[in-house]
Amino acid sequence: MAELKTDHIVLNMGPQHPSTHGVLRLEVVLDGEVVVDVIPHIGYLHRCFEKHAEAMTYPQVIPYTDRMDYLSSMYNNFGYVEAVERLMNIEVPERVKYIRVIMGEFQRIANHLVAIGTFGIDIGAFTPFLYCFRDRERILDLFEMTCGARLLYNYMWIGGLSHDLPPDFIPKAKEFLKDFKKSIKELNDLLSFNKIFIERTANIGILLPDTAINYGCSGPVLRGSGVKWDLRKNDPYSIYDRFDWEVVVGKGEMGTVGDCWDRYMVRVKEMEQSCRIIEQALDQIPDGDVTSAIPKRVKPPVGEIYFRVESPKGELGYHIISDGSPNPFRVKVRAPSFVNLQILPIISRGYLVADIVANLGSLDIVLGEIDR
Amino acid sequence: MIPDYLAEFFGNKFIGYLIAAALPLFLWILPYALYAVYAERKVSAFMQDRIGPNRVGPKGLFQTIADILKLIQKEDIVPASADKPLFVMAPYVIFAGTFAAFAALPFSSIYIGSNINLGVFYIMAVSSFSVVGILMAGWAGNNKYSLYGAMRSVAQIVSYEVPALLAIVSAVMVIGSLNLNEISEMQTAYFWNWWIFGGPVVGIKKFLLIIPMTIAFIIFFIASLAEVNRTPFDIPEAESELVAGFHTEYTGMKFAMFFLAEYGNMFVVSAISVSIFFGGWQSPFGYLGNSLGISWLIPVEQVFWFLFKGSLLVLVQMWLRWTLPRLRVDQLMTVCWKYLTPYAFINLVLIGIITLF
Amino acid sequence: MTTQEILEIIKQKFPEEQFEIKTNIGGDILISPPKVLRDLCFFLRDDERLSFDSLMNLSGVDLADGEKKKLEDGTFEILGGHLATVYHLYSMKHNHKLTIKVLLPKENPVVPSVERVWRAADWHEREAYDMFGIIFEGHHNLKRILLPDDWDGYPLRKDYKVQEFYHGMKVPY
Repeated sequence: MAELKTDHIVLNMGPQHPSTHGVLRLEVVLDGEVVVDVIPHIGYLHRCFEKHAEAMTYPQVIPYTDRMDYLSSMYNNFGYVEAVERLMNIEVPERVKYIRVIMGEFQRIANHLVAIGTFGIDIGAFTPFLYCFRDRERILDLFEMTCGARLLYNYMWIGGLSHDLPPDFIPKAKEFLKDFKKSIKELNDLLSFNKIFIERTANIGILLPDTAINYGCSGPVLRGSGVKWDLRKNDPYSIYDRFDWEVVVGKGEMGTVGDCWDRYMVRVKEMEQSCRIIEQALDQIPDGDVTSAIPKRVKPPVGEIYFRVESPKGELGYHIISDGSPNPFRVKVRAPSFVNLQILPIISRGYLVADIVANLGSLDIVLGEIDR
Repeated sequence: MIPDYLAEFFGNKFIGYLIAAALPLFLWILPYALYAVYAERKVSAFMQDRIGPNRVGPKGLFQTIADILKLIQKEDIVPASADKPLFVMAPYVIFAGTFAAFAALPFSSIYIGSNINLGVFYIMAVSSFSVVGILMAGWAGNNKYSLYGAMRSVAQIVSYEVPALLAIVSAVMVIGSLNLNEISEMQTAYFWNWWIFGGPVVGIKKFLLIIPMTIAFIIFFIASLAEVNRTPFDIPEAESELVAGFHTEYTGMKFAMFFLAEYGNMFVVSAISVSIFFGGWQSPFGYLGNSLGISWLIPVEQVFWFLFKGSLLVLVQMWLRWTLPRLRVDQLMTVCWKYLTPYAFINLVLIGIITLF
Repeated sequence: MTTQEILEIIKQKFPEEQFEIKTNIGGDILISPPKVLRDLCFFLRDDERLSFDSLMNLSGVDLADGEKKKLEDGTFEILGGHLATVYHLYSMKHNHKLTIKVLLPKENPVVPSVERVWRAADWHEREAYDMFGIIFEGHHNLKRILLPDDWDGYPLRKDYKVQEFYHGMKVPY
C-alpha cells in the first residue's frame, strides 16, 4: 500500500476562546488530536506599565501595579511598596507589617480560589467554580470593609497603609476562617478526589523539577514538581519568619510528581497554610499608627534594587532603578505568569488537545500580568 | 386508540394519522423543551448556590420564551466560506431524527403515534440519524472547532450504540417483544411488576432477574448519556476546548434547533428507559380512575405517569451534568469499549441463562 | 557569598577580562564586558562553588547617558550613550545572589544570549529586544513578543517617539 500522506492541522486557540484565561492566543499544531507543538502569542493586553511608571512619581505607580495581576492586587502592592521602602531604607511600624501579611494571605486564598474554580471549568466541572466564588466573595467583603475597593485596592502605600483595619475586621475574619475549613472539605469532596477529575489531571503535563528550575518556574508550579521552595521561607521578607507554617509540595499522590493534579493540590493545601498564618497574625497583631512612617516626599537615593516576593502565582520581582528624582528611572516587573507560561509547550507536547486546556489551567496565568 | 379515532373523525386515514403524529410535537416537545431549559437553569442555580433566572414572569417562568423570541429575531448568519446547502439543512436533519423517535413512544394505552411492532428497534435506528446531521453541521461550518466536534461526536455516538443496544437486547430477551406499547402493558398493576424489579414473572426467576436487569438499565443509561452528548460525555461540544463543538458557527433559530433537538433527545432516551425498565405509562400503585370508577381518568393518569417518570430521568441527567467533570476523548472510548461493552455482553449471557429456567 | 568573593572565583577562571564592582543600595553589581557573558554565565551555573541555577530576572535598561539633543518639535534625541542588560542570578543550592550588568553601546547593542544557560531567559530576552532593541546573539527566536511584529521603534528607550500611523490607524490618541 502506498504511504498515505498526512499533514498537521494548525488550530488557533484564542485570543477569544473560553478557556485561554483572557486574551492569550495559542497556535496549536495538531496531528489528529495529538499535540505536536504549542506556540503562545502574547501581548494582546499590553498596557505599557513600564513606560507609564517612568512618567509617574513613586506613589502614583501603586494603582498601576494593581492592574497587573488583577486577581492578586494586594500582593502586587505589597511587592512594590516593600521594594521602594528598601530603596529608601524606611522601617514601617509593626502593625503595618502584620496587616500587610494578613491582607497578602487573604489575597492568596482569593487568588487560589479563582485558580481552582477556573481549573474546574477547564476540566468541565462548572459547579465548584461557583462554590469557590462564594467564598472569595467573603474575602472581597473583608477588603471592601477595609479600603472600599473590591478588586483594585491601592491599599498599601509606601511606608504605611491607606486605612487602618476597621474595628469589626478581626471578628469577621476569624468567622470566615472558621467557615472556610468546611468549604475546603466540600471542595475536596466535590472536585479534588472526584474519579473523573483525577483521571483528567493525574499523569498529565508532568513537569520535572530540573526543567522547572531552569525555566524559572516559581510558586505552585514549581512546588507542584516537588521542589520545596517558597520565598516566604527560603528568602524571608516582611515578618513571615515569625509564623509557624509549612511549605506544601506536590507528592504525586494520584500519579507522577509534577502533574496537573499536584499543581492543583498544592494550591488547595496552600490555602490551609495561609489560614494558619492569618490566624497567628490576627492573634499577635499589635496596636499602632499605620500612617506614621509614610514619607512626605518619596525621593529615593540613586541606586537600584531587585526585590522579590512570593505572590500567589509565584516569584513577583520588581527591579527598580532610581536616579534620585521623584520618578522611577526604570521599573521592570518580573511577572510570575510571564515566566511560568513559557513552560506550556514543554508540558503539552505529545498529549491531547483537551490536555492543553488542563495544563494551561494548572499554570494559573493572568494575562494582565503577562502583558503588563 | 387516538390515531384511529382521528382517522374516523376526518374520514381519511392519512390525515388522521398525520395529525396524531404531530400531536407530541405541539403538545409535548415544544412546551417540554421550553421548560426543560428553564429547569436546567434552575437546577444548576439551585446546585450552585445561585438564584437562576427570576426576571421574566413570576420566578422567571417565561425566561425561555423570551430567549426564543430573541433567537427568532436574530440575524441568520451563514458564514461566507460555509457549504451552504449542508449548513442550512443540518439543524433540521438533527431535529427530524429526534422528532421521528417520538412517533413510536407510547404516551398512554390509547395514544401512540405509530403502534409498530419494532418500536424499540425503530427508535434506536432513527435516533442515530442525528449523527448524519451532526457530521453535516460540523463539516459545513468550515471551522476547525466544528470539525473536531463533529468527528468526536460521530465516533462517540457510533461507539456507544453498541453497549446501549446490547443492554436493550438483554432486556428484550426476557420481555419477548419489541413493541413498546406491549412492553408497557405487561408491567401492569404495581411497581414490583416493572422489568427493573424482575417484571411480571413469578417464582425464583423474578428475584434472579433483579440484578442483571438493574445492570442492564445502568449500562443503557450511561450509554444514552453519551448518545445525547451530556456531561460527563459532552466532549463533542466541550466548551473549554472546542468552544461549542459542531454548532460553533450557528446563530439564531438554527442554533435553537440544536438546543431543541438536544433536549428532545434527552427525553427520548429517558422515555425508552422508562418504557422498558420502569413500567412505561403504568402507574406504580393502581389508578385513581379505577377506584373512583371514572374510566376516562385512566388514560390521563397514564400520560401523567409516563411524562413524570421520563422527566425524572431527565432531571437525573441534569443533576449529573452539574456535578461531574468531563472525560477526555480517549477515556471516553476506553469506558465504552473496555468496560461497558464487555459488561453488557456478560450481562446478556447472564440474562440468557436465567431465561432458560 | 558576597559579590567580592564571587569575583575572586571568577577572576581565577577569566584572568584577562576586566570586571568591576559597583556599590549599590540594593546589593553590589558586577559589571562584565559583553563578549565573555555567555562563558561567564555557563561558568556561574556549572561551578560547584557558585551554582547559580536560576535566573530570577533579566532587565533591559536605557541608561540615557549620551548627549541630549533638542529637536525642533520640543522632543529630544539621545546620541551615543549606553543601553544595559541586568541579570539577577540566584543559587537555590547556596542561597546567594549576584547581579551582573552589561553595558552596550547604543549604536550597536549586541550581547550574547544566555538562553542556552537558563531557558527562563528566552522570553525575557525577547522582551528586552522588543522594548529596547537589544540584539541577543544566538537566541533561537528573537522576535517581538508584546508588540506587533511590524511595530516601529523601541518604546522603553528614553527618546522613543510613537509612530504616527500604524496600518492607517492613528496611534497617539
